[in-house]
Amino acid sequence: MQTQRSIRLPARLDGSQLPFVAAIAGSLVVAYALVGPQQFSNFLTIGAVYALIALGYTMVYGIIELINFAHGDVFMVGSFVALWILSGPLGLHGSIDNPALLAVVLVGLFLVTMLILGALGIFIERFAYRPLRNAPRLAPLITAIGVSFILQNIMQAFFGPSPVNSPQIFTLNARFDVAGASIGYLNVFIVAVAVALMIALQLFVGRTRLGRAMRSTAQDREAAELMGVDINLTIAFTFFIGSALAGAAGIVWVLYFGYAVFNQGFYAGLFAFTAAVLGGIGNTTGAALGGFVIGFLQVAAAQYGYSRWSEVAIFGVLVLVLVFRPTGLLGQQLGERA
Amino acid sequence: MSETSVQAPPAAGAAARNGQPLLELQDVHTYYGHIHALQGISLEVHRDEIVTLIGANGAGKTTTLKAINGLLHPRHGKVLFDGRDVSHVPAHELVRAGIGQAPEGRRIFSRLTVLENLQMGGYTRSPREVAQDVERVFALFPRLRERARQNGGTLSGGEQQMLAIGRALMCRPQVLLLDEPSLGLSPILVQQIFAIIREINAQGTTILLVEQNALQALNVAHRGYVLQTGRVVLAGEAAALRQDEMVRKAYLGEI
Ligand SMILES: Nc1ncnc2c1ncn2[C@@H]1O[C@H](COP(=O)(O)OP(=O)(O)O)[C@@H](O)[C@H]1O
Ligand SMILES: [Mg+2]
Repeated sequence: MQTQRSIRLPARLDGSQLPFVAAIAGSLVVAYALVGPQQFSNFLTIGAVYALIALGYTMVYGIIELINFAHGDVFMVGSFVALWILSGPLGLHGSIDNPALLAVVLVGLFLVTMLILGALGIFIERFAYRPLRNAPRLAPLITAIGVSFILQNIMQAFFGPSPVNSPQIFTLNARFDVAGASIGYLNVFIVAVAVALMIALQLFVGRTRLGRAMRSTAQDREAAELMGVDINLTIAFTFFIGSALAGAAGIVWVLYFGYAVFNQGFYAGLFAFTAAVLGGIGNTTGAALGGFVIGFLQVAAAQYGYSRWSEVAIFGVLVLVLVFRPTGLLGQQLGERA
Repeated sequence: MSETSVQAPPAAGAAARNGQPLLELQDVHTYYGHIHALQGISLEVHRDEIVTLIGANGAGKTTTLKAINGLLHPRHGKVLFDGRDVSHVPAHELVRAGIGQAPEGRRIFSRLTVLENLQMGGYTRSPREVAQDVERVFALFPRLRERARQNGGTLSGGEQQMLAIGRALMCRPQVLLLDEPSLGLSPILVQQIFAIIREINAQGTTILLVEQNALQALNVAHRGYVLQTGRVVLAGEAAALRQDEMVRKAYLGEI
């Protein structure tokens, strides 16, 4: 009678995921063929950046239904923090050739930057958004735009209005060849970090007690409270994770493009927001997917000489999605099991 | 039972129950904006009792539970739990203190699995305790074991109510608040739910039961309070309330 005596989590890696993995691999090959090696590596980096930023948009929206328009600027602050750590306390100027040392520096860089950015996210939520939790929707939205200006102005005051160069700690142009394609080591690293962070996020949200609390709060805040969930803590934690991921995106940006500028969060934020909507706002898998799609549109436009049109293409996608599939490609909520 | 024992609010039956009440409301007033929803509610729930709140739609039953569970805080008056004033303690801390609830409308997390819903019920407790109590809930509601991995939203109404009650039990409450657990269920399921309520009480959980189904509620409860427009208009032993003429007319559908 009792067919399910033991309660285990469903196995994740069964055959049902093969088509999905195959589709992604196929898309990558097609992307490489379409845009060539240089733009392909730009695509991977930009896609990872947009995906990491989009995760923060989508998580915050999922839990408090706020489009956090300051999120792109949190990413920008992440770039400056990373740049400052590398050139300030670490005093680096050029590439680090010793792989072990490089690894240590990178791990430290990610840990410290993500912690600082997570704390910034908690701070912003506590003082800008929490007081408006029960206010009409427009109030926190306007506040978010205000926070965006504040972050930009602070960074401009510290680092000036022009782009600031960062030390290139990866040996530039270190590449290897696979099946006739040339891939940079930095690209591999960036994609690996982005994918690892996304998997960690999925596992965290899907399988831990705090992740369950986040999903419950997203679905029914009052009911979650009646289970003993501290709503303020859970929302603060959501901002911590979202902002830490934006921080990781900021590091990736600095590592790859080698500079940071106070207004870099504006377009990146808008594109990542588009990615989140494209994937289905509130859906973390969708946000990651959307980030890479938007990244591809941008580099493909550049590759074919239409880079001035890339914004038109991206926002055209936004409009089309909103008109024809407002719930996005994968359209579910944060509450969903991944 | 005489008329007098029925008509002496706030707690006619309490004389027989010595000692400090587990849960006590003293002249509680709450507001929704300008709406004066509770206009001086006083009631007591003693350990091991089943106490029912009955009354028409809009009488203030759910609001009374919200004043207890911390979703609303009284503007005047006090809520005492185990002798401690908890009038202004936030809802999530009261769960830890021992107040569990299956809220009105069940409020199942529809996109969490049945198992995850139960784990959420045990949010304040250790993983080991949660694992044990999941088994306890499955023993009480074998249907839920069969559906453990289904999303809560896919359950039938009756199963969702079982899940709501099971989820509330997961925090090992000292007092369990149930808001209209029989609403929308078929007569057979209503019987089942009330049998379960008795069993939970027999296993040592105090219960405050809100019901529109007054007859069933008075059958299962030890004592009851009748609410009308935010006030207690009648209180007493359940058996006495069942005989009361006003209760029979207004709530038991007799003429
Ligand atoms: N969220 C709310 N906002 C405003 N008024 C409310 C709200 N909830 C309940 N009320 C009012 O408070 C009174 C008591 O409601 P409630 O406690 O839900 O009654 P019951 O549970 O007995 O049906 C009703 O007049 C109802 O209209
Ligand atoms: Mg009600």
